[in-house]
Amino acid sequence: MPSMADAASTSQALTDLTITPLPPKKPHVPSLKYPSNRKTIYDRNLNRTKTSEISLASFAYLFNSLISYHQSRSPSVSELETRLNRAGYPIGIKMLDLLLYRQEVRRAQRPTRLLDMLQFVHGTLWRSLFNRAADALEQSTSKRNEYMIVDNEPVVNTFISIPKEMSQLNCAAFVAGIIEGMCDAAGFGTEGVSAHWAGEGDELWPGKTIFLLRFKESVVERDEAIKAGGG
Amino acid sequence: MADGLKRERGWSGSAPPFNTHTAKMVVFALLIINKAGGLIYNRTFSPGLQNLTSNDALILAGTFHGIHAISRSINPAPQPPPQPNARRPPTTGIESLESSHFRLTCFQTPTGVKFLLFTSPEQPNTDVVVRRCYELYGDFVVKNPFYSMEMPIRVEKFERALAGYLVRP
Repeated sequence: MPSMADAASTSQALTDLTITPLPPKKPHVPSLKYPSNRKTIYDRNLNRTKTSEISLASFAYLFNSLISYHQSRSPSVSELETRLNRAGYPIGIKMLDLLLYRQEVRRAQRPTRLLDMLQFVHGTLWRSLFNRAADALEQSTSKRNEYMIVDNEPVVNTFISIPKEMSQLNCAAFVAGIIEGMCDAAGFGTEGVSAHWAGEGDELWPGKTIFLLRFKESVVERDEAIKAGGG
Repeated sequence: MADGLKRERGWSGSAPPFNTHTAKMVVFALLIINKAGGLIYNRTFSPGLQNLTSNDALILAGTFHGIHAISRSINPAPQPPPQPNARRPPTTGIESLESSHFRLTCFQTPTGVKFLLFTSPEQPNTDVVVRRCYELYGDFVVKNPFYSMEMPIRVEKFERALAGYLVRP
């Protein structure tokens, strides 16, 4: 129970701070544009996957704007990568729900083991986003909590050339963010997923990219416990 | 009709129309001039050409830009009556220049960028080739977030795509 003096000094401190009141709530203006037949993207069947392909040029334009926006606000290359990663993160969370929902009814199952999860990202996620599976899935030889997913030519980088002074930057950090969001949402907490160039000197695949997934130690321990329990 | 079809195919980005008579295709050089008349790209594609210093190339680009502008305004044919709700009829200006040694094909985009393609006079379908170059420019230069418009083009994937299209082994 604070004394009167304390309360007085607290209120004094509160009045010293310049507290700007919250601005009044603006009336809700829907930003959704209705096409002439009143059917929006939300009215579509969630399972319709064959007809939902989008134009690569439209995606390139959006992604271009996203990168330019974040580039103008980030002082360094690593900050830009972090921002792209953050932009992808919520997409990964939603993609997990959508892809689990879209599974075949009879064989629908959520990934509970580490390897299942990696296969899910490498196969199902990649196929739904890029229409093909990723090119390789590898485990790090030195650390047991690190896994690598290799994409020889990431679709998001199709039209992007990195200038020499930013050669470290890989805009597939956006995809890394999607993977991170998906793993986190599925209960496989990560210490970050990052995208790295691996195509240096590779004539065939100069844009080869490695996504490095660093899982939390607890995730690996849990997986081993399940394995030991015969699960 | 056949020509129109061919043009369609080259334009839509499908495989370039290489056939038997393009085997002796010789493309000497490609220059890109921005809408202010500045040279933003200059590359040669066949070995053993006479060297042009970068200063000369800049002068060439500026001079051509001026001549092209003049050629657009000296139109001896009477102006067609203006159509309502229609844009001005496009006056293309110089489309090609030919000499006994080379042919220069000029293609101006709606935004005023000019593509200058230097080829041998025997080279067929230069309009298709230059449009394909425009397409590659649209893909790898304009869609690249790190390129600022009107500036010199230093874009790795554009270089690679052009080499894949124009440099024949």
